Amino acid sequence: MAEAPAVQVQDLSVRFGDFQALQDVSLEAPQGSFVAIVGPNGAGKSTLLRVLLGLVQPEKGSFRLFGGPLAALPPEQVGYVPQVKNFDRSFPALALELVVSGIRRAWPFWVTPAERKLAQEALEQVGASRLENRSLGRLSGGELQRVYLARSLVHKPKLLLLDEPATGVDAVGEADLYRHLEAYQKRSGATILMITHDWEAANHHATHVLLLNRRVIDFGPPQQVLCPECLSRAFGHVGHAHLNEPIQPHIP
Amino acid sequence: MLEALSLPFFQRALLAGVLVGAFISYYAPFVVQRKLSFLSHGLAHAAFGGVAIALFFNTEPLWVALPFTVLVALGITWLRSRTGLGEDSAIGIFLALALAFGILLLSFRTSYAAEALAYLFGSLLTVTPTDLWISLGVLALTLALLPFWGRWAYATFDRDLALADRRRVLTQDYLLSALVAVATVVAVKVVGALLVGAFLVIPAATARLWSRTFSTMTLLSVALGVSTALAGLILSYQFDVPSGASIVLVQAAIFALAFATGRREQTG
Repeated sequence: MAEAPAVQVQDLSVRFGDFQALQDVSLEAPQGSFVAIVGPNGAGKSTLLRVLLGLVQPEKGSFRLFGGPLAALPPEQVGYVPQVKNFDRSFPALALELVVSGIRRAWPFWVTPAERKLAQEALEQVGASRLENRSLGRLSGGELQRVYLARSLVHKPKLLLLDEPATGVDAVGEADLYRHLEAYQKRSGATILMITHDWEAANHHATHVLLLNRRVIDFGPPQQVLCPECLSRAFGHVGHAHLNEPIQPHIP
Repeated sequence: MLEALSLPFFQRALLAGVLVGAFISYYAPFVVQRKLSFLSHGLAHAAFGGVAIALFFNTEPLWVALPFTVLVALGITWLRSRTGLGEDSAIGIFLALALAFGILLLSFRTSYAAEALAYLFGSLLTVTPTDLWISLGVLALTLALLPFWGRWAYATFDRDLALADRRRVLTQDYLLSALVAVATVVAVKVVGALLVGAFLVIPAATARLWSRTFSTMTLLSVALGVSTALAGLILSYQFDVPSGASIVLVQAAIFALAFATGRREQTG
């Protein structure tokens, strides 16, 4: 029997009042794939992730995760890294507490030794051990991103959803992020869906690219999707330097 | 001073200060971190509407003000969740509505207007045993719901993260709003609207300046709420000044100390 896709979306549409955020979106992401979601601002990329998390109800259509409905997949099997700008920096919190919140699905009043050990392991995985007792409000964009990533990995999820994880991260931090993601995927066989505005990164790291502009423009291997014609259809112009030349396949 | 402690009215005032200081200051960190400082003022005004209804129908104000204010708190939460309005706008709308309703009813029964105003501003020195029992009840309810602290704190930190973890955030919002409303009404009866506003903001804001974690902020807020109420009451007796004003001034002085000595996080 064939393995169920990690993510299967069927004719999905989302409407916010008069605004059609997504229309008839269908895709199948195989288990163990790394899907980069690319598209212009307002293309519905975050909306798609929010539908998969159960945060937004579709107008029509459906989706299945690992062959079943969202409710059948335990919450700890889905790791989520939100856009960091949603975080209120005035909230008094330590990096370790944020990671423990991923274990408890609640904010810890105190941290048990077992939780501390799990959280420390997760922070170590992403090279952030030294941040354990730092205040979240004082972390840089790159440091915060690592802590959020550690939080999302603490339960060793089968599906990882990342909303623009490289925003506000410098080039070194971005390279580290992809290194940690790929290392985790290699260890666990997890499926990753990641929103990015970086076509080069998508080309280098993803096994699949979803090019979205409210509708699916194309979905497939990066070499197929990141062509000038497809990008032009998604972004509506060919002014970007990358569009003038085909993106070269990444050779590891 | 020792002789004052033997006076029943002062004993009741101190006990009321401890009880109200404890439960109101427990909710205060959520109010401050969710940027709902305006809520306490809105709910205090809503309580005024409830009192006016009760006086209009010749019944005990608290039993009408309580459900009325809880309904207003739920209404604010509902309006915000349905329209995307900011908390301040939603509170402003309900505040004005409740106040207008109260004024309208009182205009039909002018003889009760003074009583309504006295209730709204309250006095620690006229605390009755019934008020103490009600305050004790609210404190017991707050203690019984301590296990919800983690969920409320989680949604306060990042609502989306809590929702993505399939927490029923809106249900928790309604519960928290209702509890803040109950605490506010009971505190208004005991200490007056002005003090409620101070209790829901100043101890938590002070604790924030001295805390690196939200749990520390909560504990410190409660400790400050209780201790400043006691200190304010003693000063009120010693210098024969209104208790509400003395408590708020003590709280403000400690906030100034925290501002001068505390750590201030980089924000934005």
